[in-house]
Amino acid sequence: MKPKKNIQVFRTALLGITLLAGMLVSVGQARAEKITVAAAADLKFAMNEIVAAYKKSNPTDEVDVVYGSSGKFHTQIQQGAPYDLYFSADIAYPRELAKAGFSAFEVKPYALGRIVLWSATLDATKMTLANLTDPKISRIAIANPKHAPYGKRAQEAFIASGLWEKVEPKLVYGENIAHTAQFVQTGNAQAGIIALSLALNPELSGKGGYWLIPDKLHAPLEQGFIITKRAAGNPLAKRFAEYMGSQAARALMVKYGFVLPGEK
Amino acid sequence: MFLSASDIQSIFLTLRLAALVTAILYFLGIPMAWWLARSRSRWRGPINAVVALPLVLPPSVLGFYLLLTMGPHGPVGKLTEALGLGLLPFTFPGLVVASVFYSLPFMVQPVQNAFAAMGERPLEAAATLGASPLDAFFTVALPLARPGLLTAGIMTFAHTIGEFGVVLMIGGNLPGVSRVVSVQIYDHVEALEYAQAHRLAAVMLIFSFVVLMILQRWRPKNGQGGA
Repeated sequence: MKPKKNIQVFRTALLGITLLAGMLVSVGQARAEKITVAAAADLKFAMNEIVAAYKKSNPTDEVDVVYGSSGKFHTQIQQGAPYDLYFSADIAYPRELAKAGFSAFEVKPYALGRIVLWSATLDATKMTLANLTDPKISRIAIANPKHAPYGKRAQEAFIASGLWEKVEPKLVYGENIAHTAQFVQTGNAQAGIIALSLALNPELSGKGGYWLIPDKLHAPLEQGFIITKRAAGNPLAKRFAEYMGSQAARALMVKYGFVLPGEK
Repeated sequence: MFLSASDIQSIFLTLRLAALVTAILYFLGIPMAWWLARSRSRWRGPINAVVALPLVLPPSVLGFYLLLTMGPHGPVGKLTEALGLGLLPFTFPGLVVASVFYSLPFMVQPVQNAFAAMGERPLEAAATLGASPLDAFFTVALPLARPGLLTAGIMTFAHTIGEFGVVLMIGGNLPGVSRVVSVQIYDHVEALEYAQAHRLAAVMLIFSFVVLMILQRWRPKNGQGGA
């Protein structure tokens, strides 16, 4: 008797959940003009402001942004992820996608990223990479050089300065550049190498300070975006891509320390 | 070679972590389960809920809190620094502590159910035969709860092996310290090394299947194990 009743309760619950899910899906579909943007974690603050500015002049357009590691988005788009635009911290990823036929148009470079030495507890403005060998600094956070573009550049900068062997035992690896900043912000790592765009954010810039790592120490962090194949016929995707080249958007990118293509 | 040296390192690290966490949780979980199964205190409800929290909380929440509390400004971090132990994030002991929290319900709940299912009878019988409560616990309650204890151990071990989010949040991805199998697979996928990811993932898949098969074999014989 009792198991039967349980099954009934279970069935009713299942029905309820299915109906609710159906309703939520149909609500989502009711809106016509909508894009989802996959953006590298270093864009977090700049892109938030750009999207806000865009929406001010286009209030009916809906732009969702997902932040994460460039490599992960690259894999996801190959597997059919529903992203309409993909902003990568490393232009090599969108180039690869374009070559494999996942892009609607050609790859567009949108910025050069810079890396900085940042600390939440020490005054990093008075530091250089060589200071990281100080025994008082026991943990240094960088993004995982295996797949995160900013991590690769951090590693290159250490190698170019002849410091890699000395700092490597102290390194801890963040999953992406925002995660790396979090290790430093919580004080679990005394210093870290993060994107300038994150160090300029008010949340982080209030603490410690940063030192800009000379760009001759690493390969350029050339960043590029694509409109994905699935968004080829989506006018909003095109409008938003064009907006990235506008004065307003460029000013916001500069505000967060990005060097724009064609400028120095 | 089927697996690379760093893959094998991550497997042994993961096994070491899971074995240690299971052992620690046997010590902590059995008394907790005993108390939860038998107490009539008004704290029973809240504590039951706290034990079950890791089942519901996303690993990101757990990892975030652990990172803050074990960091230099957090209470646990201040304590471990005052004791001269340093900070726990990015260390193997830190991972053990985090995993003990994370796997707690997988140990406590099956054991608690086993204790609750046996009822008062066997213990009363033991008492009339002159056994002290402690005696009764070790010679009557524990042997009777054996299926539950086994289920709990296997679940805890397996669940710790599969841990990912919390390790990613507080581990720092250090080889031999916090680069467990799940993180290693994630890194392979992120770096587009699908062949390596496949191999290691297959090992995990087979392992998990075998564990669940073992659990299946235990269950039907004895109704007291598990939920």
